[in-house]
Amino acid sequence: MNPGDLQAPDIEWVALSPSLVVFAAAVVGVLIEAFAPRSARYAAEVVVSSVGLAGAFAAVVALAANGHGTSKSQIAGMGSLAVDGPALFLQGVTVLVGLVSVFLFAERRLEPVAHGARVDSFAAQPAAVPGGKAEQEAVRAGHTTTEIFPLLLFAVGGMLLFPAANDLLVLFIALEILSLPLYLLCALARRRRLLSQESAVKYFLLGAFASAFLLFGVALLYGYAGTTSYAGIADVISGEPSHMEPGLASTMGNDALLLIGGAMVLMGLLFKVGAVPFHMWTPDVYQGAPTPVTGFMASATKVAAFGAMLRLMYVVLPGLQWDWEPVMWGVAIASMVAGAVIAITQTDVKRLLAYSSIAHAGFILSGVVAVSEDGVSSVLFYLGAYSFVTLGAFAVVTLVRDAGGEATHLSKWAGLGRRSPLLAAVFALFLLAFAGIPLTSGFASKFAVFSAVAQSGGMGLVIVGVLASAVAAFFYIRVIVLMFFSEPRPDGPSVVIPSPLTMSVVGVAAAATVVLGVAPQYFLDLADQAGVFVR
Amino acid sequence: MIGLLVAAPLLGAALLLLGGRRLDRVGHWLGLAASAASLVFALVLFTDLLGKDGEERSLHQHLFSWVPVADFRADVAFQLDQLSMTFVLLITSVGTLIHLYSVGYMEHDERRRRFFGYLNLFLAAMLLLVLADNYLLLYVGWEGVGLASYLLIGFWQHKPSAATAAKKAFVVNRVGDVGLSLAILLMFTTFGSFSFTHVFAGVDGASEATLTGIGLMLLLAACGKSAQVPLQSWLGDAMEGPTPVSALIHAATMVTAGVYLVTRSGVVFDAAPDAQTVVITVGAVTLLFGAIVGCAKDDIKKALAGSTMSQIGYMMLAAGLGPLGYVFAIMHLVTHGFFKAGLFLGAGSVMHGMNDEVDMRRYGGLRKHMPITFATFGLAYLAIIGFPYLSGFFSKDEIIYAGFAKGGNEGWLLGGVMLLGAALTAYYMTRIMLMTFFGEKRWQPDEAGHEPHPHESPLVMTVPMLILAVGSVAAGFVFDSGERFVKWLEPVTGLAHGDSPVSHGEVSIAATVVMLLGVGGAYLQYGRREVPAVAPAGRLLTRAARRDLLQDDFNHVAFVQTGNYLTRGLVYLDHKLVDGMVNGTAAAFGGLSGRLRRVQNGFARSYAVSMFGGTALLVAATLLMRAV
Repeated sequence: MNPGDLQAPDIEWVALSPSLVVFAAAVVGVLIEAFAPRSARYAAEVVVSSVGLAGAFAAVVALAANGHGTSKSQIAGMGSLAVDGPALFLQGVTVLVGLVSVFLFAERRLEPVAHGARVDSFAAQPAAVPGGKAEQEAVRAGHTTTEIFPLLLFAVGGMLLFPAANDLLVLFIALEILSLPLYLLCALARRRRLLSQESAVKYFLLGAFASAFLLFGVALLYGYAGTTSYAGIADVISGEPSHMEPGLASTMGNDALLLIGGAMVLMGLLFKVGAVPFHMWTPDVYQGAPTPVTGFMASATKVAAFGAMLRLMYVVLPGLQWDWEPVMWGVAIASMVAGAVIAITQTDVKRLLAYSSIAHAGFILSGVVAVSEDGVSSVLFYLGAYSFVTLGAFAVVTLVRDAGGEATHLSKWAGLGRRSPLLAAVFALFLLAFAGIPLTSGFASKFAVFSAVAQSGGMGLVIVGVLASAVAAFFYIRVIVLMFFSEPRPDGPSVVIPSPLTMSVVGVAAAATVVLGVAPQYFLDLADQAGVFVR
Repeated sequence: MIGLLVAAPLLGAALLLLGGRRLDRVGHWLGLAASAASLVFALVLFTDLLGKDGEERSLHQHLFSWVPVADFRADVAFQLDQLSMTFVLLITSVGTLIHLYSVGYMEHDERRRRFFGYLNLFLAAMLLLVLADNYLLLYVGWEGVGLASYLLIGFWQHKPSAATAAKKAFVVNRVGDVGLSLAILLMFTTFGSFSFTHVFAGVDGASEATLTGIGLMLLLAACGKSAQVPLQSWLGDAMEGPTPVSALIHAATMVTAGVYLVTRSGVVFDAAPDAQTVVITVGAVTLLFGAIVGCAKDDIKKALAGSTMSQIGYMMLAAGLGPLGYVFAIMHLVTHGFFKAGLFLGAGSVMHGMNDEVDMRRYGGLRKHMPITFATFGLAYLAIIGFPYLSGFFSKDEIIYAGFAKGGNEGWLLGGVMLLGAALTAYYMTRIMLMTFFGEKRWQPDEAGHEPHPHESPLVMTVPMLILAVGSVAAGFVFDSGERFVKWLEPVTGLAHGDSPVSHGEVSIAATVVMLLGVGGAYLQYGRREVPAVAPAGRLLTRAARRDLLQDDFNHVAFVQTGNYLTRGLVYLDHKLVDGMVNGTAAAFGGLSGRLRRVQNGFARSYAVSMFGGTALLVAATLLMRAV
């Protein structure tokens, strides 16, 4: 091959600007880690991350305002990435969640001052043995892990690519970009280090396992279609292959490859959203990871993974609707029921929220199964609403502390409403939103999803969903009862007054919960407009 | 102008109840002024009406649209016709006299300002009730009357008996209120409107069954407010309130509301003969019931309460007779308003002088010590027993005559019952008169050991009594001469004459004869013989009558106990069945949850197995779906 044959790739810089800005910021972050003096890193990283994410959000808004989400939606990057309504909507949500998470990561007023320096929720020197000599020296020297900010940015970058991926290989790469930083972040807790490291290893092992399945699925689909591009596979499924790959003549068009490969790719995504039976990592990882990371991961990963799943379902596999729909029904029902039921007996607030997220994965899956434009827009709305509630809830969890760090055992939350009525009220608001009580965003989103499902003939799914919601309401409200109607324990935790960073996170999340609950129409319309995929 | 009638006492009530202690010293005069202002407005309007022809004597005033929703309209609007005017005059005049009397009676009560506030509220609610031009607004007044009566009966709330009596009155009235609300709802579904005009205009097009239903529900409401059987039980206990309240409830407001409701809804009842028969029956039963109870009570106020029940029974019966009786029901209501107010104020005056003693067996010989009270009470007494040419004579005889005019066996029966009632009235009233004012004095010191020193009450109390006595004597004659009252009311209520087997004169003679028999019987028993200070055991009927003919025992067994059993049964079902199901579901889910969480064992290898199994299932299911 002559060098002259290599064509420079044709990149639509503007259309891809959101992810490019985030990745650029991440690279700058790495450079800061390498060259800036230790004392200046924290401030520089916070500024670079915030500006980068804010810039990315501005880029998303500008693209949407220019009609890239509707009339001018396109496939960019030589067929690798889609720039359309769902992609832009979910990218906007992800960037916002990332931005708010930066604040949560940057919080330095919760932990007691160590040797005259304010510290955050992350280990001083992650490589050191917990409690060992090196660790103590690092604490004394005032080391902090400012690498979390570039890691966060890389994860966000991957999440921006994930729902936009228009090619199976890009999908896989995006998955790895978003996953690897998350594995690392999970291991960085300052308190209960072993639990945190255990969770990271589990997440990594199981994540690798799932990635392997996904990759295998990609291979099978390539064998089936002779291409990894979404449009190309869709063409083969509908019986109009654009070209025949001579080396694959024996396998192309073999439906078994398609079905098995499709199921395996789907499994990789179901793992990421934490749907039953691929959910087992969720409680352990949610519990072990530093709470700010849990909050970020629980909301942003779901947004990205469901986005990727929607595109896969609507662009690649619509011809196979009758094959995968019953299976997805089963997964959705199992997730709703198992999540809600197992949550009943949980005693740790982070595990409780983990199981709640499994149940919610089921609710969102029902919306994915409703193959209609209403289904898409309801899922988009649900993801936007849900991610802020989740972030807010985990932000509250970081504030309730005793001598051992965060007091996550539920028994310690007894009577919290009498000690800190405002905080308990905000947490109650988030719980009510999780439960789907009217005037919260949870109600609007559940209503949108269930009505879309019902319209597409999924009444059975709706009934199971509503019943599961009823079961789920029990444990949400049990926490509210515990907070407001139980006697506080004498050795109970205290609520730390955080810096404006966490306060703004809680405030933004609460505001989003109320606004999306009281006046959801504008955002529903927005999601409606964004509900069309480019092919 | 019509609105001012209601506004004056309402404003008074608001000022007195919200004004605070600053108004303590002038509060009673303020209350009196509000009531008197209403009376003045009433008189002005009355002269205005008199200046018009019979058919045009109906004024309307539309204040504002209360609930305008789509086709639904509820207005605050008043209607002043001859019927309303009659009530307004009675309410404001007797009410004002009672206000005046209360200035003296409640002189030493710390909460006098509040008392006058409640009195004003009572008047306002009652005026709203009789002036409303639709049933919904009437209902507002109706409930207002219920509220005010509750507050006033329980005014001495420090006494548990008063608090209980107030509660009892309220609860029993609520039963009636349910009837009224059902009637109103029925009207709305049938006629699509609440206004008198629309409802009455639509009666022709409605089925008789519906009208009977509406009529019976209205009657239930009337029974509650007017203390008619079977909702009579609150009236006796309501005597726990201060005596002016009793006078107000029994003479001018409250108990007359039921009669007003039936008369006002005459068009409905005329088209529902079955409902009318029930009204007549209720009236007749109550008439005897009250009279028998009145014969046995030793408590002067409770004896008078029995009398009220009985007299309202007359009115209810008359109202049930339709156009034969409406006019006379109202006429008796007005004359009764005068003499019953006089009797109660007299009783209050006696109690005032006797350290609040109410047991007539501890009175005796009071005529020398309280000459004015004796005279006024005596005139009212003569009026109520139907002494010829006093007011009760005219109105009651007309009702008895109307009963005969109903015709046939029914007429004879009704006439007979009413004559029997008249005899009993004469008996128990003479008994009260003799035990209180005649005979030897049987006074006893009160619980604190104070000897009673009976004395005449102050002028503020005796003046109203004197005025009422004049009314008791003259009202009947004034109304009857030239059939003034009949002509006045006829355009609203209609008038029929019926076919009586006996003449007016014969009825008058018969009524006078039975009255004399009653008086004679009472004289033989209480005038000739010494009245024992402790009540004799008495025969079965006497003992039953002392217990209000077992009304409370009946209610206790029929409703309280049954209700208790029902509640207990429901609680049991709730605990075992409903809670059992709920708790069972919760326990089932809890158990399931406990079992499922064990799968979460913390080992990455089992998680991986679950994922592998899940994928295998996913693949298998997909392939299977394709296969089938």
